[in-house]
Amino acid sequence: MKNFLKYREIWLLAGIAVLIGLISTRFPGFADPANLRQVFNDTSILMILALGQMVVILTRSIDLSMASNLCFTGMVVAMLNAAHPAIPIPVLIVIALAVGLVLGAINGFLVWRLNIPSIVVTLGTLTIYRGATFVVSGGAWVNADQMSPDFINFQRAAFVGLPVLSWIALLVIALFFLVMTRTQIGRSIYAIGVNPTASVYAGIDVGRTKFIVFCISGMIGGLAGYLWISRYVIASVEVANGYELNIIAACVIGGVSIAGGIGSVGGAVLGALFLGIISNALPVINISPFWQMAISGSAIILAVVLNARGERRQGRIILRKAEAA
Amino acid sequence: MDTTAQRKAEIERPEPSGLSQSASPRLTLSGISKSFPGVRALHNVSLSLYPGQVTALIGENGAGKSTLVKIMTGIYQPDSGEIGIDGQATTLPSAHAAFGHGITAIHQETVLFDDLSVAENIFLGHAPRTRIGTIDWRTMRKNAREVLETMRAGHIDADTRLKDLGIANKHLVAVARAMSIDARIVIMDEPTAALSMKEIEELFLLIEFLKSEGKAVLFISHKFDEIYRIADRYTVFRDGEMVGEGLLRNTGQNEIVRMMVGRNVDHIFPQREPKIGAPVLSVSGLSHPTEFDDIGFELRKGEILGFYGLVGAGRSEVMQAIAGIQRTSRGTISLDGQAIAPKSAADSIEAGIVYVPEERGKQGVVIGLPIFQNVSLPSLARTSKSGVLRLAEEFSLARSYTERLDLRASSLSQDVGTLSGGNQQKVVIAKWLATTPKVIILDEPTKGIDIGSKAAVHGFMAELVAQGLSVIMVSSELPEILGMSDRVVVMREGRIAATYDNKGLDAETLVRTAAGIAA
Repeated sequence: MKNFLKYREIWLLAGIAVLIGLISTRFPGFADPANLRQVFNDTSILMILALGQMVVILTRSIDLSMASNLCFTGMVVAMLNAAHPAIPIPVLIVIALAVGLVLGAINGFLVWRLNIPSIVVTLGTLTIYRGATFVVSGGAWVNADQMSPDFINFQRAAFVGLPVLSWIALLVIALFFLVMTRTQIGRSIYAIGVNPTASVYAGIDVGRTKFIVFCISGMIGGLAGYLWISRYVIASVEVANGYELNIIAACVIGGVSIAGGIGSVGGAVLGALFLGIISNALPVINISPFWQMAISGSAIILAVVLNARGERRQGRIILRKAEAA
Repeated sequence: MDTTAQRKAEIERPEPSGLSQSASPRLTLSGISKSFPGVRALHNVSLSLYPGQVTALIGENGAGKSTLVKIMTGIYQPDSGEIGIDGQATTLPSAHAAFGHGITAIHQETVLFDDLSVAENIFLGHAPRTRIGTIDWRTMRKNAREVLETMRAGHIDADTRLKDLGIANKHLVAVARAMSIDARIVIMDEPTAALSMKEIEELFLLIEFLKSEGKAVLFISHKFDEIYRIADRYTVFRDGEMVGEGLLRNTGQNEIVRMMVGRNVDHIFPQREPKIGAPVLSVSGLSHPTEFDDIGFELRKGEILGFYGLVGAGRSEVMQAIAGIQRTSRGTISLDGQAIAPKSAADSIEAGIVYVPEERGKQGVVIGLPIFQNVSLPSLARTSKSGVLRLAEEFSLARSYTERLDLRASSLSQDVGTLSGGNQQKVVIAKWLATTPKVIILDEPTKGIDIGSKAAVHGFMAELVAQGLSVIMVSSELPEILGMSDRVVVMREGRIAATYDNKGLDAETLVRTAAGIAA
C-alpha cells in the first residue's frame, strides 16, 4: 500500500514536471526557481484547503461547505479590520481560526449526533454559510481601501526568502504531515476510513473522530478565509463561489480516494500544485480556458483510474478469502 | 419432546419406500467440488431434486449448504462436477442462466424491492407490455391477482407496496414471482427463520401447493420438526461432503443427527491440564429487547468456556453486549467482583475484556494498514503519549505478539491485505492480546481458515489459559467445542438452553439441545 502510494505520488510529480517542461517551451522563464516559488505561493491557499478536505474525505465524508466557510470567515475578519484597524493581524488570524472552527463544529455535530450523511449536511451549510455572509455584510463589499495596510501586507512580507503566505502553507503541510503520521487521531482517521466496523471494535469512537475532522476542515476554511481576502483584497458574498469543487478536485488528483481511507499529505499538496500550475500558468502562455478545464478534467479522470487500479488489487485479495459457509 | 413426526418416521421405517422411484430427477448435481483458497467448501457432493417432492438439505453451519445454493443459482462456478437438468448436462454460468432454467431461490431475507408494489415485484423484468411497448399496468395487476389467487394468497393486494407486508407475505410474493416465471426448481434457504408459528403453517401450505404443481423444492432448515413435517427426502452434508441421502420416512432423527456430527478425526487438539480458579466474569439476567433474554453464566480464571448454538441463537449478540458494542435492557456484568457497564468497546478494552469478532474481513483486520498498525490499533492509547504515537513502542509491541503467534510475514510494514486468511486471523488475535486483557472472547475463531492455522489458533488458546487468562469461545464447529472447552453453554433462540461440563460430553447431546430435540 505504501509502495503504491509512493508510486502514485511519483507519477503525479512526473506529471507536474512534464507540465512545467511543456510550459517552459512556450514561456522560457517558467522553470526559473523564482517563478516556481511564485507558483507555489499562488497555490498556497488551495494546498491548505485541500489538506483540510483530505482529512474529511479520508473518513468517508465530504465537506462541501469549505468555500462558503472561507467566504463567511473572510467577510467577518475583513469587517472587523475595517471597523477596528488596530486589532493586530495575529489576533485576526486566531479569530479566523475560531470562526472557522465554529462553522466546522456545526457540520461535525450534525454528522455525529444526528447521523446525517455529510454530503447532505454540508450541502445545506454550503448555502447557509454563504447566506450568513450576506446577513452579516448586508450584501455590501469590503474593499481594499477599507482594509488596513497591515491586513493586506502581512502575507506578502518576505521572510527568509519566501512570502509569509508560503511559510504559512509550509507550516500547515508540516503540521498535517505530523498529525497524519505521528498521532493517535491521524491513525484513527485512516482506520475508520478503511474499515469503520473494525475500528468500532478496536475502541475508536467513529462519530467523535468525524466531528474532529470537520473541526479541522472548518479551522482550515477559516484560516483560508483571511488569507484569501487579504490576497485578493475584496470581501463579498461571491468570494470563492464554487471553489469547493476545486478543493475536492485537488484531493482526487492527489490520489485521495473518495471512498475513504486512502490518501496522503504529499498527494493532496501535489494535487493542488497541479491544479495551481494549470490555472496560473496556462493563461500566461495563451492557452484557452477551455483547454485549462479539459486538462484539469482529464487529470481528475486519470487520477480516478489510477485509484480504481489500486482498489482492484485489494479486491483480488478480498476475493481470495471469500468465506466458504 | 418426541415429536410425532419422529415417531411416525420410526413406525413407518420397515415399510418399503413408498415414493415413486420411477420419477426421474429434475435437477442433478454430481461430483461437485468447490474450493476457496485455504478452504475446501464442497468435495465431490451430489444432490438430486425430484418434481413434486421436497428435499431437505441438512448440515451443520459450514457444511457447505450455502455454497451449494450459490452454485445452483449461478453465483459460484463449481471447480468440477456436473449439473443436469431433466437429464441434460448443462452449466449455470450466471444468475441469469439459472433463472432461465427456472431455478429460483427464496432466501431468509427476501431479495425483493421494498418500494415497488406487489404486482411490480412479481413481474419485474417480464412485465406485460402494451402495443407501444409501455408496461400494461392493467394486465399486470390482473395477472398478479390471478397468480396470488392460485396460491391461495388472494388476501394480498397487488397494489400494496412491498415494505408494508410482513415477512411471511413477502415470502408469498417471492413464490408468486417464481410461479409467474414458471419456476421449476424452488430453493428455500431457511425460509422460516424469521416467521411466527402461524406464518410457518401458511408457508407449509404454500410448499404443499408447490409440490402439487410439480415443482422440485429444496428446503434448507435447521429445525427437525419442520424437516419431518414437510420434506420427502433428505441429503446430509458434513464438512463439505455428502454423507447420506434417502427418504425421510425411512430415517429417524437420531440417525440424521449421527450423520451430521460423525466425522473423521482430522485434527488433534492440544492436550492441557486446566487449572481453573475463581470466577472472573459473571453475567446475570442480561437481556436485550429482541436478541436475547436472561443470560447468566460464570467464567472462571484459566477456563475456556464454549458457546454452542445454531446460527441466530444470539451468541454473538450476547458477546457484543459484554464487549460494550450491543446495548442491553437489563442485567449485570461483573469482572473480578466489580460491576461494570461498558458503553463502548473502548470501555470494555479498558476494563480488560476484548471481543474478537467473527467476520475477520469486515470487523477484524483493517486492510490497507500495515501489520504493525493493525496490531497496535486498540492499544494506541497505551503506545502513545498525549496523542503522539511512539512508533518504536508500536513496533516492539507488534513484534512480540506476532512472534508468539508465529506470524508468517516478510515485514511488519506489510499490508495485512497481502496475508493469507490464517495469518490475518493471527494478526487479529495479536492485536487483541496486545491490550493485555483478562477475558478474551473469540467469536468463531477458526471459521474459514486452513487446518494448519486452526491448530496454531488452538495451541495459542491453550497457552492463553495456561497463563491465567479466561477465554470464551463462540463456535459452531462441534469438534472445536468438544476439543477445546472446559464447559459448554448451549444457546437456543436467545436463551441459555443448558450448560454442560465437558466430561464425556458427546456431539449428539449438543446438537439435540441446540435444536430443541429431546434425547
